[in-house]
Amino acid sequence: MKHYNKLVRPYLIWSVLIILVPIIMIILYSFTTGGNALVNISFTLKNFTRIGEPIYLEVLKKSLILGLISVSICLVIGYILAYFITRFSDSVQDLLILLVTIPMWINTLLRTYAWISLLSDNGLINSFLGLFGLDAHTFMYTDFAVIIGLVSDILPFMVIPIHTSIRKIDPSLIEAAHDLGADKFMTFRKVILKMSIPGVINGVMMTFLLSISTFVIPKLLGGGQYMLVGNLIENQFISVGDWNFGSALSIILTLIILIGLTLMKRFDREEKEEAVDGAKK
Amino acid sequence: MSDALIELKGLAKNYGDQQVLKGIDLTIQKNEFLTLLGPSGCGKTTTLRIIAGFEDPSAGEVLFDGVDITRIPSHKREVNTVFQKYALFPFMNVYDNVAFGLKLKKMDETIIDHKVMNMLELIGLPDFAKRDVSSLSGGQQQRVAIARALVNEPKVLLLDEPLGALDAKLRKGMQTELKKIQREVGITFIFVTHDQEEALSMSDTVVVMNEGIIQQVGSPTDIYNEPENRFVASFIGESNIIEAVMKKDLLVSFDGYDFDCVDKGFKNNEDVEVVIRPEDIDIVKPKNAKLHGVVKSIVFKGVHYEIIVETPKRDYLIHTTDYFETGLEVGLTFGPDDIHVMYRMDWE
Repeated sequence: MKHYNKLVRPYLIWSVLIILVPIIMIILYSFTTGGNALVNISFTLKNFTRIGEPIYLEVLKKSLILGLISVSICLVIGYILAYFITRFSDSVQDLLILLVTIPMWINTLLRTYAWISLLSDNGLINSFLGLFGLDAHTFMYTDFAVIIGLVSDILPFMVIPIHTSIRKIDPSLIEAAHDLGADKFMTFRKVILKMSIPGVINGVMMTFLLSISTFVIPKLLGGGQYMLVGNLIENQFISVGDWNFGSALSIILTLIILIGLTLMKRFDREEKEEAVDGAKK
Repeated sequence: MSDALIELKGLAKNYGDQQVLKGIDLTIQKNEFLTLLGPSGCGKTTTLRIIAGFEDPSAGEVLFDGVDITRIPSHKREVNTVFQKYALFPFMNVYDNVAFGLKLKKMDETIIDHKVMNMLELIGLPDFAKRDVSSLSGGQQQRVAIARALVNEPKVLLLDEPLGALDAKLRKGMQTELKKIQREVGITFIFVTHDQEEALSMSDTVVVMNEGIIQQVGSPTDIYNEPENRFVASFIGESNIIEAVMKKDLLVSFDGYDFDCVDKGFKNNEDVEVVIRPEDIDIVKPKNAKLHGVVKSIVFKGVHYEIIVETPKRDYLIHTTDYFETGLEVGLTFGPDDIHVMYRMDWE
């Protein structure tokens, strides 16, 4: 066994190089000034205090709200879709899940361009509305466009974990609920919904993570003036060249996500304890 | 007894072109412990699932108290099921599992509490109310599953191989307990198993099934002592099954000799089969018997020896508490009532 342990070393070295080093670099950048010039670094908290400025707080707030809205919409659509898929036979389910995942194989940029051609003032949707004599609607560069783009982008990450958790439910549990007098609706509420909570939590975590850090979709569908925290970070690194401020923003974003994950996990645990406590009264 | 509770009439079930049930007619009485017994794939579980309402029959009907319930969904039937793998709700504790059905009926909290605690008392787990179901042993989960079903006061309890997942010793204990519970609550139990010993020791009525057809319905002693055909005889314990000819009433001929028997009603010279249980054959001195043979093997089985005696026509299986040397020449005897004559069936 010991002999084989050595085989893990290349992987370890690789992981350190591509995961650990960049994280350390970002932390380092966020607490220093002088950008990429690592020769004469001086430590500072200025990058973080700058985030406290109203203009940046506004960007953070907007990102969070947009993320929450997209995740909520995604949860409703994703749950219904996932549940609907589990109604089919195993082979049809595999096919439907494949269909859900197909968009993930296509580059986000291309998918977003597809939305542009649908939503733009002389795009497909407006042409279609025009057939009924309706005036062209401006969809592009609105919250609506950004949300629709985001939701379609993150939906598979919501559907798959929920579908997996519903599919995993032992069919005899559902039969047991019917047997004990629960109709279809009560069985769904009392058994299926409860059993799928782990999947919902996974899905919410993943989609929240994706939606809050996106920058391609708001940039293309929201227009240049549409600023989310992902765009802000991108700007700092690529346009402005302030790597220090960009790094500080990244760290704040990471912290927000981590806090979100912890809260979700705690919620999950409380949910379970509640089930145990239920009888104590 | 004309207290019919459930009547199955011509039940058939097909999955694709596979016929699982080929016309089941059965009457189940009030308060009886009825067992559906058969090898896997014989249709016993499908029959149970149709009674529970989890599956629709392809043909035939289910009458409950004289009312056709074939198309009534399972949640509206007055039956409850104990599932093979218990199917307890993992996110609820013992109390909530048992209370599940009562809460759906929107019963008063204090009544629910009273009923659940009584039921936990009955199954011997009164202190387990707040326990997580995953922390229970297989036997305890089994009891909770029974309590969860019984607390709804169904008219019939359906049990789908409920003891299959338990180890041998626990299973014995649960058999006795189930029988006790059935007497205490006084309702009909329909029990599905492939274990013939379990079926014989617990049931009032045993229904032997094979390939989607009922082979025999009877009391355990009837099934054991008077099997109707070769399948029932060989499925219920080991036996000697011999092709024979029914010379006339009370006289059957096999292995070149005529034997007195207690069966009648067959045609003269009808081809039949005879079953003789291994414990019904006595080994005697050759001069005292018609059938002669040589002891081929002897195996100690604990309570008895299992002996195979080779005769010119066939090998006989015998269970006896006496020891006989291999190679010994012996005679075999059995009384007229040890010979059970059955109709001959064309089994493959």
